[in-house]
Amino acid sequence: MQLGRVVGRIWASVKNPGLEAQRLLLVQPVTPDLSASGKVVICTDCTGAGSGEVVYWVRGREASFPFQPGEVPTDATVVGIVDELHVGGGGA
Amino acid sequence: MQIGRVIGDISATQKHPSHEGKTILLVQPLGLDGSATGNPVAAVDGVKAGVGDKVLLVYDGFAAFTTVGLKPSPIDTAVIGIIDRVELFSETGAPVGAAAAPQQKHKQKAR
Amino acid sequence: MTLGRVVGTIVATRKDARLEGHTLLIVKPVTPDGKEEAGYLIAVDTVGAGNRELVFTVGGSSARMASGCKDKPVDCVIVGIVDGVSMDAAR
Repeated sequence: MQLGRVVGRIWASVKNPGLEAQRLLLVQPVTPDLSASGKVVICTDCTGAGSGEVVYWVRGREASFPFQPGEVPTDATVVGIVDELHVGGGGA
Repeated sequence: MQIGRVIGDISATQKHPSHEGKTILLVQPLGLDGSATGNPVAAVDGVKAGVGDKVLLVYDGFAAFTTVGLKPSPIDTAVIGIIDRVELFSETGAPVGAAAAPQQKHKQKAR
Repeated sequence: MTLGRVVGTIVATRKDARLEGHTLLIVKPVTPDGKEEAGYLIAVDTVGAGNRELVFTVGGSSARMASGCKDKPVDCVIVGIVDGVSMDAAR
């Protein structure tokens, strides 16, 4: 799983039936210090994440698991909204 | 999926049993302009392609091993089509004649 | 999923039987602000996408979960035509 920040949304009225009623978020992968790293990906969402939020997301076939038994054709899904992030053991 | 050109094949005596009797092709992935991109890959042949053919490469494991009629087996790349033509659209939406023509020429040369 | 623009088609007569009847489109990945990125994808179309349209694709084994692509040898499928993209201004 990777860290990311929700940077936008996508709307599509013509889509594969499996994606019906799915919110599509634009997620910028970020490093633990929250700087952008890599390409923006389109993610489905099972958390209700919104604009600007730091999230963690899963890539691959596993991305469709939150929607089982539905068959949602997605390869990236936001699976958690990050409340706090602690890097290193020392505390800030 | 990606476009590739068959540049050879691989024979191996010691190999995974599921690969017995299958043709393993050496395929050079191509960019849209027909130039080579990256290293050649080894792909199981699902369509009886030959050297020089422009082919459709698929990189998913399931796609690869079912294409050649195998049960789950250690294969991650397969040739699943022989490409007749690549058509590129112009900015305005019309087919690009210049891009389509060399493809045709290339194909004739290859066969 | 990846944002992309349809830039061409692939014509292949001899292909895996399970691909019969499917349109194969060439998709150039783009950034959310529309800039084309390096490389290209060849994707099976499930939404009737056309020339130069902005679409999004799903890749890997998830691609086979798209309706119409069950148990087919595909690794990339166009699953939507983009109506609009909104970007966070603070980005």
